[in-house]
Amino acid sequence: MPQVVIANRLRDGIVVFLGADRRWMERVQDCAPAISPEDAEKILDLGLQAERDQEVVGPILADVEQRDDGWFPIKRREAIRAAGPTHRADLGKQAED
Amino acid sequence: MYRYDEYDREFVEQRAKQFARQVERRLAGELSEEQFLPLRLMNGLYLQLHAYMLRINVPYGCLNTTQLRKLAHIARVYDKGYGHWTTRQNMQFNWIKLDDMPEILLELASVEMHGIQSSGNCIRNITADEYAGVAADELEDPRVYCELLRQWSSLHPEFSFLPRKFKIAITGARHDRAAVLAHDIGLRLHENDSGESGFEVFVGGGLGRTPFVGKSIRDFVATRDILAYCEAVLRVYNQLGRRDNKFKARIKILVHEMGAAAFAELVEKEYEFIKDGALELAKEEVERIRMHFAPPAYESLPDVSPALESQKAEDTAFATWCKNQLAAHKQPGYAIVNISCTPIGKPPGDIACDQMEALADLADEFNFGELRVTHNQNLVFTDIRKQDLHALWQKLVPLGLSTPNHGLITDTICCPGLDYCALANARSIPLAEKISERFADQERQEEIGEIYLNLSGCINACGHHHVGHIGIVGVDKKNSELYQLMLGGSADENASLGKILGPGFDEDGIVNAVEKVVDTYLEIREEGEKFIDTYRRVGPGPFKENVYRAPA
Repeated sequence: MPQVVIANRLRDGIVVFLGADRRWMERVQDCAPAISPEDAEKILDLGLQAERDQEVVGPILADVEQRDDGWFPIKRREAIRAAGPTHRADLGKQAED
Repeated sequence: MYRYDEYDREFVEQRAKQFARQVERRLAGELSEEQFLPLRLMNGLYLQLHAYMLRINVPYGCLNTTQLRKLAHIARVYDKGYGHWTTRQNMQFNWIKLDDMPEILLELASVEMHGIQSSGNCIRNITADEYAGVAADELEDPRVYCELLRQWSSLHPEFSFLPRKFKIAITGARHDRAAVLAHDIGLRLHENDSGESGFEVFVGGGLGRTPFVGKSIRDFVATRDILAYCEAVLRVYNQLGRRDNKFKARIKILVHEMGAAAFAELVEKEYEFIKDGALELAKEEVERIRMHFAPPAYESLPDVSPALESQKAEDTAFATWCKNQLAAHKQPGYAIVNISCTPIGKPPGDIACDQMEALADLADEFNFGELRVTHNQNLVFTDIRKQDLHALWQKLVPLGLSTPNHGLITDTICCPGLDYCALANARSIPLAEKISERFADQERQEEIGEIYLNLSGCINACGHHHVGHIGIVGVDKKNSELYQLMLGGSADENASLGKILGPGFDEDGIVNAVEKVVDTYLEIREEGEKFIDTYRRVGPGPFKENVYRAPA
């Protein structure tokens, strides 16, 4: 199962996803998931280092799957973090797309 | 309402500046999240699913229009244009940026507001009857004691690191609108045989994963001794409350495990030791605080307003609103007005910045510049001249604030749930909206009558599901939301905890189940019998049978 590191950005709390070159991306579609469990461990280590470097808070791994418009979390909690509150399409990342 | 003195002002400003420095150090990398967490929580700042969340205290639900306009300003400038009223009569903002916090706290301090002790293991915002000071059924205004307790509990050095959070609620009326039996300490003002006023003290009530109804440990504590008595309760809890297990750390567990009588005995011993000391309330001090809550300049008016009666006769929508939203005022010619922040199909307790500003204007025009927040996530205008009700209503209608559902099934208490909250297991707001839409028909709602439907997105019970006549709690089952249905809860003076009716449901299933519960009630109720009374008469049997009957 492909996995991505998801966290909140320290400065503003905004949800971010670990992308290529250790860059934190605001859109889950721009994440760089790990395909193997070994790689997942590696990217989580990068996330934890970013937490120690005071860039992000609470990095965790989240399962993602490929959809028409790119990677998207499978679990509801992370899906809500990636999109926004389900009862208001005008809030969160879904409003910015 | 209470206004800050020099001491309060300086204290809140200092704390705002202190937190500003802590934020600076956090952003500069000098504080880790682990070090920063207790500091931000002490100022009401959480990190939730989408962003930081700031909880701002509204002391015992009392708000003036300057403060409401400031909340609107914060919503517009620093958040996404809306706020959320909580069941502790507070306001939450869901999209706060950490680097804006120093500015936000200074803005709040300028209107005598803050988030201190709105989180963390300390004494939280003290809540009270939203009709305090004006209710026809009130013995004495509890706000005086709310304020004295607020001052006593603010930064109390001994109680800043309790085993767990601590919540106090007070009612001064016979009918409990403040859910005092669902609190760590619940206080009920009443008179003893010699006509002296004092408090019955309940301890160990609470919801969450292990719910309990509060137990009375003393029938009467004279008002002058209430700080000393509460201090004695807190001291016993602080010493004996469990610190080894977060889930067993609330006072309710301690009281349950040792028994209310044994707990009361320890409190009495401690109380003997500290009473008649520095915490005894001097008459002059009580009177000084009471002056802050002096009634506004009421006019002498006849209790019946002929204008109002004819407006009601001419306008059925207005008459419906009056029937459902008004409560009896102690002053002839005035009414208490409940303003619903839970319109049909919308998130319970959310309010837009434009609505806040418009309400502030209306409170200035009609309500002596003040308003109240209720633990049911609504608002109250406490002092409306009956002759002004129609004018007020006409202005509430275009604001979307005239829903006449007070105490009806669509007037739901609902936590933010998985749409915002890091603790939640399931969404609650979309379900509250669906149930509200299912029961949207006003006539049907009124035929059903009083039902409190409370909804939480996890067992922590921020949506008070244990004390809803109908309670719903969401759980996560293999990435699917499952909702459990409970019946028979109540938060008033006859408080009781709801019992789970049977297996849980998915989102559509739970809406249908609620409807079956309501239909069963309508079928079996006796003349004039409320839902909760029917449930208490017949028990879960008939409801269970109808809800779980296999489709024919």
